[in-house]
Amino acid sequence: MAKKSYRQAISEALTQEMERDPTIVIMGEDIAGGAGGDGEHDAWGGPLGVTKGLYTKFGPDRVLDTPITESGFIGAAVGAAASGLRPVAELMFVDFMGVCFDQIFNQAAKFKYMFGGKAKTPVVIRTMYGAGFRAASQHSQCLYNMFTHIPGLKVALPSNPYEAKGLLIQAIRDDDPVIFFEHKAMYDMEGEVPDETYAIPFGQANVTREGDDATIIAFGRMVNFANTVADKLSKDGISCTVVDPRTTSPLDTETILETAAETGRVVVVDEAHPRCNMATDISALICQEAFDKLKAPIKMVTAPHAPVPFSAALEDLYIPSMDKIEAAVRSVTGKSH
Amino acid sequence: MQLSREDLLKAYRRMVMIREFEEAVHEEFSAGSIPGFVHLYAGEEASGVGVCMHLNDNDYIASTHRGHGHCLAKDCDEHAMMLEIFGKKDGLCGGKGGSMHIADLSKGMMGANGIVGGGPPLICGAALTAKTLKNGGVAVAFVGDGASNQGTVFESYNLAKVWNLPAIFVVEDNGYAEATSSKYSVAGSQVNRGKAFDIPAVEVDGSDFFAVWEAAREAVERARNGGGPSLIHSRVLRYYGHFEGDAMTYRPADEVANYRANKDPLMLFRRRVTEAGLLEGSALDEIDRSVKDRIAQCVVQAKSAPEPTEADLLTDVYISY
Repeated sequence: MAKKSYRQAISEALTQEMERDPTIVIMGEDIAGGAGGDGEHDAWGGPLGVTKGLYTKFGPDRVLDTPITESGFIGAAVGAAASGLRPVAELMFVDFMGVCFDQIFNQAAKFKYMFGGKAKTPVVIRTMYGAGFRAASQHSQCLYNMFTHIPGLKVALPSNPYEAKGLLIQAIRDDDPVIFFEHKAMYDMEGEVPDETYAIPFGQANVTREGDDATIIAFGRMVNFANTVADKLSKDGISCTVVDPRTTSPLDTETILETAAETGRVVVVDEAHPRCNMATDISALICQEAFDKLKAPIKMVTAPHAPVPFSAALEDLYIPSMDKIEAAVRSVTGKSH
Repeated sequence: MQLSREDLLKAYRRMVMIREFEEAVHEEFSAGSIPGFVHLYAGEEASGVGVCMHLNDNDYIASTHRGHGHCLAKDCDEHAMMLEIFGKKDGLCGGKGGSMHIADLSKGMMGANGIVGGGPPLICGAALTAKTLKNGGVAVAFVGDGASNQGTVFESYNLAKVWNLPAIFVVEDNGYAEATSSKYSVAGSQVNRGKAFDIPAVEVDGSDFFAVWEAAREAVERARNGGGPSLIHSRVLRYYGHFEGDAMTYRPADEVANYRANKDPLMLFRRRVTEAGLLEGSALDEIDRSVKDRIAQCVVQAKSAPEPTEADLLTDVYISY
């Protein structure tokens, strides 16, 4: 199988799906590589580099550069979806949800319900999240929890290139609005990705490691941290199960509860702030449904309750580290160094 | 292009339907039969109908808080609408939307909107669909004078122009954003706002069906022919408060009575068509009678229609999960 980057995997999913379905259009800021200028078009691939080549391949009617007006174009993507297209809009940084959230949570998310089941809104909003780029407070957040809170939205968090391609294809084919989170520190990550198309169903967690001593449930980039920690700890005789839920909405509560019950010792890793995040949500779920199976209090490893700092020294402290995950696992298993 | 006799009868019927519908909702809301918030379109009938007479089911509209009139102008079913406003199971949206979210996508009605300024971006999307699928459709965003100050509206003007979309923005200016006068809250003029984006823009007397119809004819034709977006500033008169129950202390005491006596869109229409010999008064009287009966029947049926049950609470959240 060919090795591809996370960026290539996403680009390939877009390309193959656009070839398959002429109603798919993509839109976003600079995604055509800079429309209307006198320089070279489509040389850049946009700020994420994901859409390079698509403008040349599919033309200006299907690859739409937008003004920097997120409410306007995210809303247009939603309206286009409700009227017969399958738009994939790129919200450059999820932090910019602040200037377009109404169109997502009051409009797209609610059409089907408010309109008595007679609307379908197959829009995908691809967006970049996460810390680690010294991008500071307004370009580094992990806001997937805020979308997960809203009924009607689906939320996908691919943790590697294989997941990115399969989950994006599912997102595009899905008839509900999907917010697709791409971690900015992962675009160059390589992994095996099949050339053919495949869809990974939503709401089906991926168990990436199986073990007996502890269960680590992690999201997005943190799945990779958890895998590395699990591999390291296995050499010390601590074996961990690692669960990648893949989507926070729908959430595979069954796999989470099963794997939590199997070991009775749970660590939840979430790059988001600690209040009202996936870690608190999953901890509550396990306490409610599997309290009698727990052998130790659940540990949560999250970012602190502070904006993402700019300074490298501070940002490195901010991001949940593998050391912190390891310490949490050792703590719940009672097996310290 | 001229309006045929059939068109004139249809337009009058739709305007009367809106008036009777809203008067009935006013009465039933006052009596406590209708839950929630309702915002009535009575007095503004000529605006919505004058525009929507040019549209078919393939064309989309997005409405405002004040959405009943746009629904009826776009040919949504009055019976299912009344059930919806009463919150009943067989309402147009299964009782889940209510007055502020009433919609019927099969008729190209993308919904009333609980968010002021929520509709114009959506209409850019519907216009993009029409342009991409080359199906000849157009999309119309109705916005109030209040919404006309929202950023989404300006973003949509810009996007519609940049993408040359078959979109039409109809600013229905009833003089009040909730209670605040548009003389206070709107800087510049609506027409100049359109012109700032190089969008053709006109101001019309929204109480005059024929003026609205003519302005909309040009705008819709331009959009269908690939000429891009247009703006219509439609000056209308609101017979009731922003919401039902609004004491309207901010309006002169005789304002509405003056409008009803001198500027009523139904009266103006009737005078125009009878004086010109286009329709006879008896044909209009017959519409008045039959619509009144129809609405009365809708109210009676809505009152006794079944409520949604617990089984309906969690359906329609997702297409698939």
